[in-house]
Amino acid sequence: MFKGMIHKNTAFFLAALFVVFLFLPKIIPSYYVYFIASVLVMALLAMSLNLVVGFGGLFQFHHGVFYGVGAYAIALLVKKTPIPEWICFILSPFVAALAGLIIGLICIRLSKLYFAMIQISLGSLLWALAFRWYGFTGGDDGIHGIPMPSMISGVNNSYYFILIVFVVCIVALFMILKSPFGSTLQAARDNEQRCEAIGVFVKRHQLFAIVIASFFAGIAGVLFVVLERSVFPDLLFWTLSLEILIMCLLGGWFTFAGPIIGAAIMLSLRTFIGIQTEYWTLILAVILALLIFFLPEGVWGYFQEKLKHRKEAVTERGQ
Amino acid sequence: MLYVDNLINSFGDFRAVNGANLTVEEGEIVAVIGPNGAGKTTLFNLITGHLKPDSGRISFKGEEIGGLPPYTICRKGIARSFQLLNIFQRMTVFENVQVAVLSQHNRSMNIFRPARNMMIEETNHILESVGLLDKADEISGSLSHGDQKILEIAIALGNEPDFLILDEPTAGMSPEETNATMRLVKRLTSEQGLTLLFCEHDIDIVFSAADRIMVMQLGETIVEGTPQEVRENEQVQKAYIGGESCLK
Repeated sequence: MFKGMIHKNTAFFLAALFVVFLFLPKIIPSYYVYFIASVLVMALLAMSLNLVVGFGGLFQFHHGVFYGVGAYAIALLVKKTPIPEWICFILSPFVAALAGLIIGLICIRLSKLYFAMIQISLGSLLWALAFRWYGFTGGDDGIHGIPMPSMISGVNNSYYFILIVFVVCIVALFMILKSPFGSTLQAARDNEQRCEAIGVFVKRHQLFAIVIASFFAGIAGVLFVVLERSVFPDLLFWTLSLEILIMCLLGGWFTFAGPIIGAAIMLSLRTFIGIQTEYWTLILAVILALLIFFLPEGVWGYFQEKLKHRKEAVTERGQ
Repeated sequence: MLYVDNLINSFGDFRAVNGANLTVEEGEIVAVIGPNGAGKTTLFNLITGHLKPDSGRISFKGEEIGGLPPYTICRKGIARSFQLLNIFQRMTVFENVQVAVLSQHNRSMNIFRPARNMMIEETNHILESVGLLDKADEISGSLSHGDQKILEIAIALGNEPDFLILDEPTAGMSPEETNATMRLVKRLTSEQGLTLLFCEHDIDIVFSAADRIMVMQLGETIVEGTPQEVRENEQVQKAYIGGESCLK
């Protein structure tokens, strides 16, 4: 299935990395296990965003909404309906995808900044619902103490669950990007006019991308609930959407793994520098400013370029 | 095959196309000429659906296509290249053509298979026929200008068109490249039984390549006919070519 898609060494490295992650809870304190789990959740969310922003070229400025919808969906389904938990787990990402479809259908008619603005307004509408509707969503208190199956509760168990779901989603996202759908999406990003001229219904294609991205954001929302066992309106607030956008930018828009690096950098800054000073965003801002000047393709984009040059140099010497 | 009748399109108060008429029969090579701003590109954009006509008719294979979206018109068998470079800059040459081939075979929405294993033969066949096969793995944005123009044509061929529209296929090329490209275009049209509509600044090329010529001025068709007829038309000589001497 992956034949020729990734290099043998890369595959080996990734497999080794996965094994290391499997054994981490045995080695490091549970606080760090919790931290890594939250990085994985954010990384998945940022990668789902990057599918539409980096590879789709859409101004998806309020992606956090679908994350929040996924989280609220599982919280409400588990708490308020008699549906078995595991079905709730499967249903919730679809609820997020449905939200993506509805918001996408409205936004896709507009382009660029207008797309972004209408999306922010529609997303804020959902946020207001979560924030104000005390009877249903718990208002700004949120919902706490959401029961989870014992198999995936506790830091270590939820870590394993999140890790496995994360890996499955990453593989799925990778396959989607490499599929005809993915390459056509990137073609439409590069040149929408040309793409229409070769018979592609670009708007429909982009809408489908939004739905897929919302689905994966919904999964990230479910994973958040698995980890935190609570939901609150901040999950749908637009500042979170901005944060994940920055993660994509930090890591590199046009790379597949960039958002993971971006999420790791961002959360590390918040967690480890946030302890020292509440002005950690100041440091983030400086890093961002430097990045935009010196590494416009993002951290991972930069290293990818470096690696490519080195490989080329090696093959040239070989000849 | 293609029939354009009294087509009108304006941008605000400016009528870019103001009564264009054109008939293209199957298997013909037809050229549109006219000074800058005569409305040639606008006419092509109207035919391929990138612009919607204000009034007038465009019919293709007996079917009204005026005002349809570009992707629908493409499905009916009209493919085009663009005057300004319009390729997928970040993708390889192979992928540029493959995207069109995938679209043509209705595979664009497939998310379950790796694209790199699909339509390889079809794509390579097109690349070979235009002579870009040895550059298949290069990033298209890094090709020379001439090769990028050829790639434009290759992408259009990916849709297996019956009717090919080329908007200044040789713009910005050296005389050698221009000749090679025109030979390529002529070969492709005869090999694949294409009907070709193109516009071009180089008068010599137009008169040697086209079966028929349509002359536009200020958005209007002033004459349509064989090269001989166009050459002898007084209005053309006055309005466009500006004197008898250059048309022996």
